[in-house]
Amino acid sequence: MDKEFFEHRLNINRRHFLGKMAMGVGGAALGSLLIPNLFKGSKATNTELPLGIKHFASKAKRIIMLTQNGAPSQLESFDFKPKLREMFGEDLPDSIRQGQRLTGMTANQKSFPLVGSKFDFKQHGKSATWVSDLFPNIAKITDDICVIKSMHTDAINHDPALTFLQTGAQQGNRPSMGSWFSYGLGNENKNLPAFCVLLSKGSGNGQGVYSKLWSNGFLDSTHQGVQLSASEDPILYLNNPKGMDKAQRKKMLDHLAELNNLGYSEFGDPEIHSKIKQYEMAFRMQTAVPEITDLSKEPAYITEMYGADSMIPGTYASNCLLARKLSESGVRFVQLYHQGWDQHQNLIRDMPKQAKDVDQASAALITDLKQRGLLDETLVIWGGEFGRTNYCQGKLTKDNYGRDHHPRAFSIFMAGGGVKAGMSYGETDEFGYNIIENPVHIHDLHATILHLMGLDHEKLTYKHLGRRFRLTDVHGHVVKDILA
Amino acid sequence: MEVRHIALVILLILFSCKENISDYTNIPDKKVPKVIDYNFDVRPILSDKCFNCHGPDANKRAADLRLDTEEGAYKTLKDNKNKHVIISGKPDKSEVMFRITTKDTSKVMPPKETNLKLSEYEKKVIKKWIEQGARYQKHWAFVTPTKPKLPEVKNDEWVINEIDYFILNKIENIGLQPNLKAKKERLLKRVAFDLIGLPPSIELQNEFLNDTSVNAYENVVDKLLASKHYGEKMANHWLDVARYADSHGYQDDGARTMWPWRDWVIHAFNENYPYDKFVTWQLAGDLLPQKNMEAILATGFNRNHKITQEGGVIDEEYRIEYVTDRTNTFGKAFLGLTFECAKCHDHKYDPISQKDYFKTFAFFDKVPEKGLVGTIGNFADPPYITINDTLIKEKLSFINKKSTHDVRVMVMEDSVGIRTTHVLERGAYDGKGEIVEFDTPKAILEFDKNKFESNRLGLAKWLLNKQNPLASRVYVNRVWQDIFGIGIVNTPGDFGMQGDLPSHFELLNWLAIDFQENDWNIKRLLKQIVTSATYTQSTIVNSKKLEVDPENIYLSRMHRTRLNAEMIRDHVLASSSLLNDEIGGPSVRPYQPDNLWAAASSRRGLLAQYIQDHGDKLYRRGIYTFIKRTVLPPVQTTFDAATRDQCEVKRHSTSTPLQALIMLNGPTVLESSRVLSEKLNEEDSSLEQKIEKAFQLIVCRNIKPEEKDILLKYYEDQRGVFTANPENASSFIDVGEYPISKNRDDIKVASLMQIIHTMYNMEETIMKS
Repeated sequence: MDKEFFEHRLNINRRHFLGKMAMGVGGAALGSLLIPNLFKGSKATNTELPLGIKHFASKAKRIIMLTQNGAPSQLESFDFKPKLREMFGEDLPDSIRQGQRLTGMTANQKSFPLVGSKFDFKQHGKSATWVSDLFPNIAKITDDICVIKSMHTDAINHDPALTFLQTGAQQGNRPSMGSWFSYGLGNENKNLPAFCVLLSKGSGNGQGVYSKLWSNGFLDSTHQGVQLSASEDPILYLNNPKGMDKAQRKKMLDHLAELNNLGYSEFGDPEIHSKIKQYEMAFRMQTAVPEITDLSKEPAYITEMYGADSMIPGTYASNCLLARKLSESGVRFVQLYHQGWDQHQNLIRDMPKQAKDVDQASAALITDLKQRGLLDETLVIWGGEFGRTNYCQGKLTKDNYGRDHHPRAFSIFMAGGGVKAGMSYGETDEFGYNIIENPVHIHDLHATILHLMGLDHEKLTYKHLGRRFRLTDVHGHVVKDILA
Repeated sequence: MEVRHIALVILLILFSCKENISDYTNIPDKKVPKVIDYNFDVRPILSDKCFNCHGPDANKRAADLRLDTEEGAYKTLKDNKNKHVIISGKPDKSEVMFRITTKDTSKVMPPKETNLKLSEYEKKVIKKWIEQGARYQKHWAFVTPTKPKLPEVKNDEWVINEIDYFILNKIENIGLQPNLKAKKERLLKRVAFDLIGLPPSIELQNEFLNDTSVNAYENVVDKLLASKHYGEKMANHWLDVARYADSHGYQDDGARTMWPWRDWVIHAFNENYPYDKFVTWQLAGDLLPQKNMEAILATGFNRNHKITQEGGVIDEEYRIEYVTDRTNTFGKAFLGLTFECAKCHDHKYDPISQKDYFKTFAFFDKVPEKGLVGTIGNFADPPYITINDTLIKEKLSFINKKSTHDVRVMVMEDSVGIRTTHVLERGAYDGKGEIVEFDTPKAILEFDKNKFESNRLGLAKWLLNKQNPLASRVYVNRVWQDIFGIGIVNTPGDFGMQGDLPSHFELLNWLAIDFQENDWNIKRLLKQIVTSATYTQSTIVNSKKLEVDPENIYLSRMHRTRLNAEMIRDHVLASSSLLNDEIGGPSVRPYQPDNLWAAASSRRGLLAQYIQDHGDKLYRRGIYTFIKRTVLPPVQTTFDAATRDQCEVKRHSTSTPLQALIMLNGPTVLESSRVLSEKLNEEDSSLEQKIEKAFQLIVCRNIKPEEKDILLKYYEDQRGVFTANPENASSFIDVGEYPISKNRDDIKVASLMQIIHTMYNMEETIMKS
């Protein structure tokens, strides 16, 4: 092969690639993920990876999202409403409900008996943040977190609400938040996916999760969330087959590259080289991923901090610890789902178990990041897809009640990444039903998260089917009050 | 650090011109055409940069100004009756020119906050267009095409059929020459995958290579088109369009039984139903004058959408969602238009008002159905048909029903007078506005109520009427895309104002009309394409071609494209002889890590756990893999299979390390390697012959000496390694459930398996070259 011609083709390809990159900053990351040495040979020979470019300076670099799937009750966690206790069993006044729609599960109920939290609330920290006794560990870190008590959403059922929280739309195959960040900012680690997903289950009434929640939608599938499962193969078919060790695998790849290079000399198709590079990256992932997912080398004080469950793969605690390791290694977006928060009935029995699953590890994750000096650059988000009704679903007794879905007000919290610490934001009325101060819509939350990561939610767009799509669609306002 | 800074600077430079780099209009030396064409030069600029506020959407229109119509653009300004927006021939007196060139940031258009900007080239085009009279034309896609004359070409020896005149004419215009014919073996692999989705057998390879007659290639094409696997290949894409799946798609995501509809699709393609019949039956098979069970089954097309079984949902909200899905699918699949943009407001770019949307919606709104019928465990919601053995025997013999149980398949049905259809304000299910009657967007074609019934049958007739400018073009474009990798219109789901312009406008029109004139004959269309010189040329590329046409828009070479997800699976199974080539039947569950479904499920329903199949069900073609929508088949998804969430008309084609892991460590590829190794080891042949044969099966061509050399040496090396560690050989070949061969020599099987596995991982193996 004529060397000059060869070089020329590579250059063409490089230019071609850079041209495509203009589609989005994430192109840089795409290149780094697929063709780590793409920039080798250009004048800017670079062993470090080019990072994605932010729209403006910001502290947060990475996100860990702790989605509490099924919708934990705000009335038993962060939104304390003594009035509901006083009015136990009384009907929800029409003046409060204002004819709002209800789900099919309670719409036909004859009455809507109010019920206050069975669990006590106290104020914690300098910030005097209200937290229920179900979350003793989160109570200890209230001065590091910002509780938003005025979240609201459009959807009233799990599937659309969860899809809305993750993708900014209730229906339709839109990219997940993590995919948007992978696209917009790229990856920091060339051996790990930019967007990782970890699943766990509590014992409570579960709603399942759906792979569309971490779908790349219309973005390139390199931005898809990669599910790391708690099995021997954390990534699909990561391990070499039985009877083949690393040295033999390497030998196979060398022979393969030799054969593929012969193909290149015939076709001159630059894609052949990119394919060789992907095989090399797959090979590196085979070492990098097990190192990351191996939690056995974590020191005892760390595992104690996250709790005993952290040593059991696939638990929420273990996923939190793994999330810290992934994030620390540069994974842009780590998405956790913990299932089981759908307490239509038996809230008194089930919610404490759910809370116990997540309380210690959620707090430990934030403390751990803080101790490592990473909390400033890592945004942690904790919350579900909607809230729960202030009235009981089904029969109300002294010892048992349940709560239906309530999209009009719920609580989440955030920590690190440029969010004000030790703050409670927004208020609901004394019934915990309507928001009376500083409402934050899901679109606003998305706009704020993007802002914290240095991206303008109106500028991070992708043109698809003739329209420039955004995570926030045509809505969303940055909640400036909670920015540090 | 310094090095990193350089890279950052480079990226910053790139990013700072982000909006423009990918945009061909910003090439600095790009020349403004001598004669400006509204459709091809001006409209893309206006549509992309202006119509959002000055376009068809009346509610969002700023300053009462619209630039999408001549009338609107020639008006005087709202706040200054002495000034005109555009004065034909006089750019200096046209307010538009002032607004797009002014340095005053409070006046410049597009406004700063839109983040949109006009390039210098774009400004020049608009100026010249006004100078030349500022003439408007109807958007090309809404004009009924006429059959163009074949263009002149210089190198007419290259030409085989009509397609080639259009292609060669453009190639010559840009100063290139087309490639010569591809090597026979490469051509055969290409055409076999394109027509039946499977590799050519060794017999077919040898037969074709030895056939020196003029008709050799045409004979192969005819043979492939007559294969029973042709229908499976064609169904592959249609299942994406029809958002086919085996589960309902929401929350608990229970199972459904729509597979008999899939059997029908395969049957319809194999029988070569004309496209108009194929589409009419799917849209309105229940409304034909004569009751026809097969046609009723075909209407399952419009029941493939997701259906909720989540307790507590609001019934009407979901019923509206289903009708919405059908309406959007109708727009995208058959008209190539983004109807969904007109549900909440008038379409911002295309002439589809919100009212038009709901008038079309009305056709799909008369089904006696509910948003929520039952919770998990329901395979089919009414309306449905029950398929039993008698029905199969008498009328639907193509259905491959294995058990004696009856199957329920959801179908369409209209209940006259069941409900009125309203415009839904902001698209909200409870925002009932004005009542609307059946109609379609006028800009496409008038819905003449004397000619067309006021129901879905009338809608199908309207769609397939020869005056309809879209139906035929949209379909031939997708067939083209399926074969070449990119369509003549590279936005197959958007022929509207915001879509890409056709790369070969006249060819598209010619193909569309020719297709109609020949009774919508799909096999004929395919044959025409795959026998053209355009298709049969080689993929070899040289520096000039890469420079002039890097993306190969003008087809001076054939594209090299990767096999799609299903083809990769089918290729691996077929080449190793594992493929179970049975047609149709219920979906199957091949190897898959068993924790994937369980980890994501609510623990409810039949699909809470993945229960893998065994025996010959493990070796069926990819289109039969069970699709659970909320946890998609992971291997196929990694290779860019569609999500089946909504109608999809185009797949991505990416290459990622996750794909490499599947090819390297996935059980199907390993098992196939093992089985093929066993088979070859049983044959009475030399090692060289075994390697040659494996290569021919897998790469579909004769091995080159240098390749054989590499693989032979590698074999000897591996034989040494496994002899030193025989337990490794035994573990390596212990893969898959296919019975092991008798008296096998573990070391020989393992060594050859390693070589075969390497062949499966070659880049060329999963490419059409």
